[in-house]
Amino acid sequence: MTAEPVLRLDGVTRRFGDVVALDELTLHVPAGQVVGLLGHNGAGKTTAVRLLAGLLAPDAGAVRVDTLDPVVDGAAVRQRLGVLPARPIVDDRLTGAQNLSFAAAVFGLEPEVARERAGELLASFGLDARADERVGGYSTGMRQRLSLVRVLLTDPQVLLLDEPTAALDPIAARQVLRTLATLAARADRTVVVCTHDLAEAETLCDRVVVLANGRSIAEGSPAELAAAHRPGELRFDVGADAAPSAVAVLSHLVPVEPRILAGGRVSVTGVAHEAVPDLVRHLVAADIPVHEAVRSRPSLQEVYLALHGEVPLEEERP
Amino acid sequence: MRWSRVRAVVRRDLTVALGSKAVVLPAILVPLLLLVVLPAAVGLAPRYVDAEALGDVEQLLLLLPAEVLDTLPEDPALLGAVVTLTYLLSPLILLVPVMLSAVLAADGIAGEHERRTLEGLLLTPLSDRELATAKLLAAWVPAVLIGLVGAALYATVTNLTLGRQLGAWLLPTNEFALLALWAGPTFAAAALGAVSLVSVRSRTTQEAFQLGGVVVLPIVAMVVGQAAGVLLLSPWALVGAGAVAAVLAALLLVAATRSLSRPRLGPRLG
Repeated sequence: MTAEPVLRLDGVTRRFGDVVALDELTLHVPAGQVVGLLGHNGAGKTTAVRLLAGLLAPDAGAVRVDTLDPVVDGAAVRQRLGVLPARPIVDDRLTGAQNLSFAAAVFGLEPEVARERAGELLASFGLDARADERVGGYSTGMRQRLSLVRVLLTDPQVLLLDEPTAALDPIAARQVLRTLATLAARADRTVVVCTHDLAEAETLCDRVVVLANGRSIAEGSPAELAAAHRPGELRFDVGADAAPSAVAVLSHLVPVEPRILAGGRVSVTGVAHEAVPDLVRHLVAADIPVHEAVRSRPSLQEVYLALHGEVPLEEERP
Repeated sequence: MRWSRVRAVVRRDLTVALGSKAVVLPAILVPLLLLVVLPAAVGLAPRYVDAEALGDVEQLLLLLPAEVLDTLPEDPALLGAVVTLTYLLSPLILLVPVMLSAVLAADGIAGEHERRTLEGLLLTPLSDRELATAKLLAAWVPAVLIGLVGAALYATVTNLTLGRQLGAWLLPTNEFALLALWAGPTFAAAALGAVSLVSVRSRTTQEAFQLGGVVVLPIVAMVVGQAAGVLLLSPWALVGAGAVAAVLAALLLVAATRSLSRPRLGPRLG
């Protein structure tokens, strides 16, 4: 049985002047699922988040959080959401602790509970030693981590995270990802992550939705998308010199013309598992050295690029 | 409306404002210069300066009612100082609440754009009404309170410098009390409404304050008008001016409240 969606966008259109930011987008996120919204800048990810948080009203279609309309019941909706925008939401002129105590006050947390939870979160994000310093002296990464602490302070059941690691160095990004993975693993937590980072989406998300020009152009689990968009790829490492001969041999045996990749590898697609030994035998019979044969599932990045009519750099420059 | 949320925003805005030199310096220096140093200089001047140096107040004397003229000292130097402090300069006490409400509104509204903290604020459970109420109170209440303190300082300095020489307190007069308690708060509210409306559309505090700076012009006009002898702020004139400011403030604050809402602010987040 499919869980009832906690977040729903049904045929939502939102325009800014002549620009259509979302174009009849339908997106349902069931409780407990981690969904990645992928797309270029301007694809509509941030607009979708702002519509769910009630910061924008749709021009057409319906937006619901649980059963609530974020425009009509905005306060109730935002009370249960934790939204991390792309830019840090903390005030530079306040200390880290003052930023958190303000959030606790407007979200109606008991001061004791808020203090205890803030202490734990600050410690787990390595900010406790500088909590009483003004945020103006923090690095960008520290600001983003404090923003995440502020969002998590209220222990929201639904998290909307807009590029949570965009401004972070690799170490800080890993720390944030680890926290998000822990949160995502909890069955009661529903998370929407907008990201450019496809590896991040692949790690965190149960399901990804690829947006382009405000529309969903693909949707499914990373494995489903991989299977649908780049099926059954097999890569033979034969060396650069033998690659053209390998293509000549394989082109008679596989349904799609093989491609030469960088590093003397040849890629074939649409090959069943049982056919692999036969292909290797043909190559060996033609005196082509097969150093390695790897069944590769395309990464989300490759799927994403394929959806946008692009190929990975390694395939662009054989 | 949850007042605990409103109080939280007001507290936060004031803490944020106190962290800005652009807000704190005018809040200290303007009242200090206009309402302490200037009246002290004028009040002490008769002891050290010739009557002619205090300027010509004859035009203003022509406007004063006979019963007021009877109470004025005959010594030309003292006369000049008394008229200057009780009539000519007293509208300056309006400048503090008006200027501060404008500075705080610009910092609290346009400043949120500038510091990129507006989205974080809009993402809280604050209703639009709570947000607007908090933003407007965070500017108006401290501006009026500091304005009242400034007026009290002005009266105290005037009384200490001139009152002792005359053997009687000069301030507050009815006009002065009306300026401090009626015109100050209403003028500050009108300035707040105007600057808030401008601030919602501005990207920086400076831009908002430059555009909203015209709100001090009516006060400058009052001071110049009294100095030129073409205007006297009688009690009824002050009641009327305050009433006009109150009506204007009501209109501007209703418009500002509508502007300080997610339907207006959300699309401007960028």
